[in-house]
Amino acid sequence: MHLNTPSHCTQSPVEPPAGFDAAAIRAQFPVLQREFNGKPLVYLDNAATTQKPRPVIDTITHFYEHDYGTVRRGVYALCEGSTRAYEEARAKVSRFINAPLSCGVIFTKGTTEAINLVATGYGRPNVGRGDEVIVSALEHHANLVPWQQLCKDVGATLKVIPINDAGELDMAAYKKLLSKKTKLVAVTHVSNALGTVNPIKAIIDEAHQAGAVVLVDGAQAASHIPIDVQALDCDFYCFSGHKLYGPSGIGVLYAKICHLDEMTPYQYGGEMIESVTFEESTFTKPPNKFEAGTPPIVQAVGLGAAIDYVNQIGLPTIAAWEAYLLDIATRKLSTIDGLHIVGTAADKVSLISFVMDQAHPLDIGTILDTEAIAIRTGHHCAQPVMKRYNLPATARASFAFYNTVDDVDRLVAGLHKVIELFE
Amino acid sequence: MTHSTDQIQAAIVETFKTLPDWDSRYKHIIQLGKQLPNMADADKTADNIVKGCQSQVWMTASLNDDGTITFIADSDAVIVRGLISLILRLYSGQTPQTILETRPSFIDDIEMTQHISAQRSNGLHAMIKQIQFYAIAYKMKLEQGL
Repeated sequence: MHLNTPSHCTQSPVEPPAGFDAAAIRAQFPVLQREFNGKPLVYLDNAATTQKPRPVIDTITHFYEHDYGTVRRGVYALCEGSTRAYEEARAKVSRFINAPLSCGVIFTKGTTEAINLVATGYGRPNVGRGDEVIVSALEHHANLVPWQQLCKDVGATLKVIPINDAGELDMAAYKKLLSKKTKLVAVTHVSNALGTVNPIKAIIDEAHQAGAVVLVDGAQAASHIPIDVQALDCDFYCFSGHKLYGPSGIGVLYAKICHLDEMTPYQYGGEMIESVTFEESTFTKPPNKFEAGTPPIVQAVGLGAAIDYVNQIGLPTIAAWEAYLLDIATRKLSTIDGLHIVGTAADKVSLISFVMDQAHPLDIGTILDTEAIAIRTGHHCAQPVMKRYNLPATARASFAFYNTVDDVDRLVAGLHKVIELFE
Repeated sequence: MTHSTDQIQAAIVETFKTLPDWDSRYKHIIQLGKQLPNMADADKTADNIVKGCQSQVWMTASLNDDGTITFIADSDAVIVRGLISLILRLYSGQTPQTILETRPSFIDDIEMTQHISAQRSNGLHAMIKQIQFYAIAYKMKLEQGL
């Protein structure tokens, strides 16, 4: 195992954004007011899922109480209103990622479904025997297994961009992997296991020069980094609502219109067809073509409210506060004897994966739970990343903008308790 | 008929009752975990892994001449080792029949379900299931006189 000293420790401290009131923001998240074991909750599993602010919860409740109806299927007022709200949510998503046209945005149930939709709808018609698909060594299983299975089924080869000890992609190796055989590159914007921010623009440009299309898994990026799909020029970009302070059960697939037109539907059912006989069916245009059945209406509206909330605070401000927390946490964790940070990339989101000489990650997580501190332990659905560091698991603390310096201090105190118990 | 396993479970529950809070109960479990004899590395094979999501658990079973089964188990996580220690105390050295008739009620009685075993990932339920599978297999073997 190679664990480097984080570069943060040698640099000057990161300053918090001026006027940022973390306590006031925290007060807007009802769950964060809870106590466990008589202690206030410290929620540090934001890379798994984020908590919901009052405006999102109120929007969902209000919608069920006043506005709920089906979409695209009726002529009555509730249906018209629901359809308008659902499409307005799509427009908010489009503006959030600077997508050129709303119809390039498909609602899915999450990032996983979005990737599977592309692997099936784009991958099967376009990737064949002898072709190659490139993923990175940092992928979550959700952006690895769909491509691995596609390659197996069609006789293509899966290639993997390696990482260095810090957890950064080896871009020189990536360039060598690209060839005329490369049909598709599927890479995560941000690593869920290590927090590494990948040089996604360079990855996309290189792939396009080789004639390959690019899917970006933005599940870990959308809550931290402003996304501009036109500037990135990615072919596909996907993320989940529940990691962006919105409801679970809603995700987004952005795709260039040219791809959506040629892609085959992923699921078949109501409201995605033009005409149906017993012999054959014709399909509507995107996005409806990819949204068979009654869609997650309220979840979409809730996601729209979450985007409004994030926009109101501003992603640059959010990112600045999180960078401040990451810096403080990295410095404080680095002083703990026997603690090793895994993943020390120069460009990271507010996520720290670590192991301790004194205790297994499961032991760490269990004891922190007695202190009402919620972290993730395990392989983070990224077993190849764990294998790269020869670790069965890590502990992972991931910070959101509602976390405070006090949360960092509680984590540090909890880790000292772990040492006391297991040493 | 009173199984001796009932007494074992009662003793475990009694010990936990004397511990006032979960901090001290964890200290006890960690202590048990540290005291559990290590399994020989040679036995920590893929075949002996009890599939669990977060920590690895290995277990071996052997049938003794007196018709009881000895279980040896280990984990890379200390708290899991502590829980293994409790489970082995209950099941190791029992006959297949007794094992199959014994529900691990102490897990509920010490309120462990709320604190620990709710995490299906820790592999303990898988471990108990594995113990039962061994018991079924050895019971059949004994009945067939093999």
